[in-house]
Amino acid sequence: MKPAPFQYHAPKTVADAVALLAAHAGDDGRILAGGQSLVPTMAFRLARPAHLIDINNVEGLDCIAEAGGRLCIGATVRHAAFHKPVTAGPLGALLSAVVRHIAHYPIRQRGTFCGSLAHADPASEWCCVAAALDAELVARSARGERVIQAAAFFDGAMTTTLAEDELLAEARLPLLPEGTKFGFQEFSRRAGDFAIAMALVAFRVEGGRIADARIGIGGAEPAARRIAKAEAALDGAAPGKDAFAAAADAAAAAMDPMEDVNTSAGYRRDLVRTLVRRALEDAAAA
Amino acid sequence: MTEKTDITLTVNGRDFAVTVEPRRTLADTIRDDCGQTGTHIGCEHGVCGACTVLLDGEPVRSCLMFAVQAEGREIRTVEGLAADGALSPLQQAFIDNHALQCGFCTPGFLMLATGVLERDPDIGEDELREVLSSNLCRCTGYQNIVKAVKSAAATMKAGR
Amino acid sequence: MSDRAMGRIGESVTRLEDPPLVTGRGRFAGDINLAHQLHMRLLRSPVAHGRIKTVDVEAARAMPGVYAVWTFDDIRDVPPIDFREGRIEKYEPFRQYILARDRVRYVGEPVAAVFAADPYAAEDAADAILAEFEELPAITDGADAPGAFDDAGHRTEADIVTQGYGDVEKAFAKAAHVIEREFVVGRHSGVPLETRGAIGHYDAAHDVLELHGAAKVPHRNREALARMFGRPLNAVHLFESHVGGGFGVRGELYPEDVLVCAAALRFGRPVKWIEDRMEHLLATNHSRQQRHRIRAAVDADGRLLAIDDTFFHDQGAYIRTHGARVITMTCGILPGPYKVADYRATGHFRLTNKTPAATYRSPGRFESTFVRERLMDAIADELGIGRLELRRRNAVGPEDMPYALPLVVLGDDVEYDNGDYVGLLDKALDHVGWDALQADLQRRRAAGEAVGAGVAMFVEKSGLGPSDGAKVTVDPSGAVELITGGASIGQGFETCMAQICADALGVDYRKVRVVHGQTNRIEFGIGAHASRATVMTGSATNEAALLVRAKALDVASDLLQAPADTLDIQDGVVFRKDNPDGPSVGLGEIATQLLPTRKTLGGREPGLMAEGWFHSDHQTYPFGCHIAVVKVDRETGHVGVERYVIAYDIGRAVNPMLVEGQISGGFAQGLGGALYEEFVYDERGQPQSVTFADYLLPTAREVPDIELLLREDAPSPRNPLGIKGAGEAGVTGVGAAIASAIDDALQMPGAVTQLPVTPQRLKVLLDGARD
Repeated sequence: MKPAPFQYHAPKTVADAVALLAAHAGDDGRILAGGQSLVPTMAFRLARPAHLIDINNVEGLDCIAEAGGRLCIGATVRHAAFHKPVTAGPLGALLSAVVRHIAHYPIRQRGTFCGSLAHADPASEWCCVAAALDAELVARSARGERVIQAAAFFDGAMTTTLAEDELLAEARLPLLPEGTKFGFQEFSRRAGDFAIAMALVAFRVEGGRIADARIGIGGAEPAARRIAKAEAALDGAAPGKDAFAAAADAAAAAMDPMEDVNTSAGYRRDLVRTLVRRALEDAAAA
Repeated sequence: MTEKTDITLTVNGRDFAVTVEPRRTLADTIRDDCGQTGTHIGCEHGVCGACTVLLDGEPVRSCLMFAVQAEGREIRTVEGLAADGALSPLQQAFIDNHALQCGFCTPGFLMLATGVLERDPDIGEDELREVLSSNLCRCTGYQNIVKAVKSAAATMKAGR
Repeated sequence: MSDRAMGRIGESVTRLEDPPLVTGRGRFAGDINLAHQLHMRLLRSPVAHGRIKTVDVEAARAMPGVYAVWTFDDIRDVPPIDFREGRIEKYEPFRQYILARDRVRYVGEPVAAVFAADPYAAEDAADAILAEFEELPAITDGADAPGAFDDAGHRTEADIVTQGYGDVEKAFAKAAHVIEREFVVGRHSGVPLETRGAIGHYDAAHDVLELHGAAKVPHRNREALARMFGRPLNAVHLFESHVGGGFGVRGELYPEDVLVCAAALRFGRPVKWIEDRMEHLLATNHSRQQRHRIRAAVDADGRLLAIDDTFFHDQGAYIRTHGARVITMTCGILPGPYKVADYRATGHFRLTNKTPAATYRSPGRFESTFVRERLMDAIADELGIGRLELRRRNAVGPEDMPYALPLVVLGDDVEYDNGDYVGLLDKALDHVGWDALQADLQRRRAAGEAVGAGVAMFVEKSGLGPSDGAKVTVDPSGAVELITGGASIGQGFETCMAQICADALGVDYRKVRVVHGQTNRIEFGIGAHASRATVMTGSATNEAALLVRAKALDVASDLLQAPADTLDIQDGVVFRKDNPDGPSVGLGEIATQLLPTRKTLGGREPGLMAEGWFHSDHQTYPFGCHIAVVKVDRETGHVGVERYVIAYDIGRAVNPMLVEGQISGGFAQGLGGALYEEFVYDERGQPQSVTFADYLLPTAREVPDIELLLREDAPSPRNPLGIKGAGEAGVTGVGAAIASAIDDALQMPGAVTQLPVTPQRLKVLLDGARD
């Protein structure tokens, strides 16, 4: 289980990185960030990139900043950066609640937030966060820069709408307004495993009614997404058992779950119902 | 095969000049090129944790990094834990609490726990179990590993 | 005399093995490097069943660093791998060649071997081999109706193994109740943390073939290799180094072991092979997969009149070194702790297109205990008798001991040596506070929680004979060397043997250097399997150490001018019992007096050393019970273990700390088999559990701390130390106890019929009950 040969590049600037990517994209050039997903697939020789462009030494990509009501997360910011809240508001708390579910401690020391999004594993917690919160994803290439909305970014299992010469340079998440409540639930066979399904919910309560409901589901379908019908079941309703059950049912009904030899679609659908309800209960109790 | 590059790795404070292909994993390089075979390879896909080393103080899977990425970083392995022949409190606690049987996973657990206790000696029981669930052991049932790490944490705190 | 711990029998001293292992100085197979070695990499079959159309190795041979590439044609002269116990004619067609001939029968079967300068280059070359297969239909269920296995006329049913006694049909005819069930145990295995490794070396200077990385049964494998290569035994040697876990699977003779030897002989260069994890999950023995259809005849009071079990054992694609061992064991031990008047077990030995299966820690017992204890629960539930009460009524009592059954386990007639099974159950129930626990569980269930408790009883077996020997030598420095034919697979063998030796001889156990797994140091050896080591090798060690002790006292009696029976030895020093502070002589000095050149030798044989042998007609039968308390999440199907108690009567514990380690480690493996681990295949025979993300070993968060009630109430009468084995007690009852607890938690008697109980399967059960 040794990776196939590749040419190694270690640029120091984003300009160099995207230039290298442009030069080698056609020749199966890949970005190496944390490597916690890519390197195992290379070990199995399921991935055989001819060129690896290591961005770990690129200046300026490892920072987290707040700008324009958003949290900007650079391409080499590691999962472990979120163990403690990175911002004082609800978003910081949400991210540090979610990060505990990502694989295990040593993996979180290397793996990156943006790398998870670009890898787009259906069971990625960060993909679920990005989808639920409508992240803006900043793609850089030698051709320039563009911003992709999360809903237009994930394109099925392990697939995104990034072009092959584009580097996901930054992810921007909305700093959630004060008073935003959230809950995150996932289910996996063992602690730290790829989740069979997960639910991230967030909402505010105004005048006794739910507002700005967000429900993101990951793990159950090929790509994480917001579930508008489930959110509609919440917005304007009084927080409580009935509204939560209605939202959970709506989320389950909206699913087109993946199936595999161990797990039926029905099981995943039931799981989504349970996890949404529990996440909502957690949010309400917080 | 691709062209090899010359790099210098700093393992337990000693420099090792090695010549490696870019694809050579840090784990293989530490073992075969630096001769430090205490770091074990159990799965080569980042799950078992037998190859855990400290990279600038943080536990990482050395099978999921390439050696070329570790140049200029401070690498610590199990061979560096004992100082002047004296076992570290964690090593001693592993012996005293029978926290190892075959010993294959032991270096990984020692490095994982060393990294975590150095960062947070007051780590709580639940969080400790969560961290220790990062690595696999097939012999002990984990009971004595948890016990040993807790006992070492107490020793380290008393010695502060 | 100092009162520090000398490591006498019964003391929980720290292990001799540990210092190198905690400092990174262990020497595992992967750490062994010989000058000019080549690295082997195998091309393995990607299809479950197929004809090999082409294997084109030309491109691979031309790659940089490649020394040779082999296919079957290159090893035609090497016979298939034989059975450990010798020839078994009817299984011969099912033996595996070291590289596939004409056809492949499972995904992962070795097809070609590359030898190259470096593991990376070897893998590149293996990738470059162009192999084509004509895929054939795969047989994936060992319980399907028997049919053709290949076009050479072989059938999927290699054998039907039966054991039993009495008139089962008559018993069923007169039974008040007949209870019939079907139970399934999933395919899983030992999966040690260190993958396999083998380094073949031909020492031309001495004409000796060496295999490094050996484990478990080095002497047996030496015999097999000598036969295969037509070499005398003394021209083949195996060397065990550190071993990263055995659990039954490691150390059997596999194709890769033979390949590195064949290549080393042919190339005159050392050949190293280190298995990767994916290969391990495809190529190292699987185990456990059985489907049982069992029925019991009971009288109106629930007494067992007869058990009739028919089961299907999914062997996989070849019959490996163990032959039918797991099936025979399953038949022989299924009755367990209960009196069964008439008994019949019929095991269908079935071939499928999956990885070959063999023994995994507690072979035949994990499976049969699950089946038997589920059956006992079913009888209790059906007759409305308490699950515990039913067990009490049927248990073999201390008054029945020794309790002989006309059954065979490992070629040995079954005769339980001693013990009070119900007494141990009562102690376990006392320990958990059974009545209070039941009240608490009921209260919690009433409040909506799905919590419950389950109990499983079992009889283990250990200390398989017939014989084992050991040599003890004290050198002039006073250091002791104990040479055994045992094997150390991480279980604490060295420490246990050192303690037994130290106790008998009168030295500090740290003075004893224990040699194991080196065929060039001792002619015979049983290795480490079937929980034999402590009983057999331990008893032989005791014999040898006592002989050395007698010789030392004999010499000391001259030196100290006192009769031998007035002398004692402590901490390596001989002294007069009536005057401990008086004149004394050290064992090193005595060894000096016994040098061949010394006049003091008198008529004695030179050297302070002796060889001891232990012989045993029957195995010893330790026993135990497991109690599980679980909580089920009805919505997700998750099962959490809240509490787990193991009561075990080991006879006598050499080192209780190590016994506890064996049992808590075994429990974690049992929990894996009960809830997490399974080698899943799709309908084409493609394995789905080929990474550690798919084959789920329990982690520190899944495995709770166990409570162990270790008893020494029934020392074995079958060896002078009273010891019984400890290796497998933690595993045996887990599937059974967890299943029973889940039933209880759900208040669905008999719900669990299949292991592992995955959340997905449990949800199906719950949904089925709801609809």
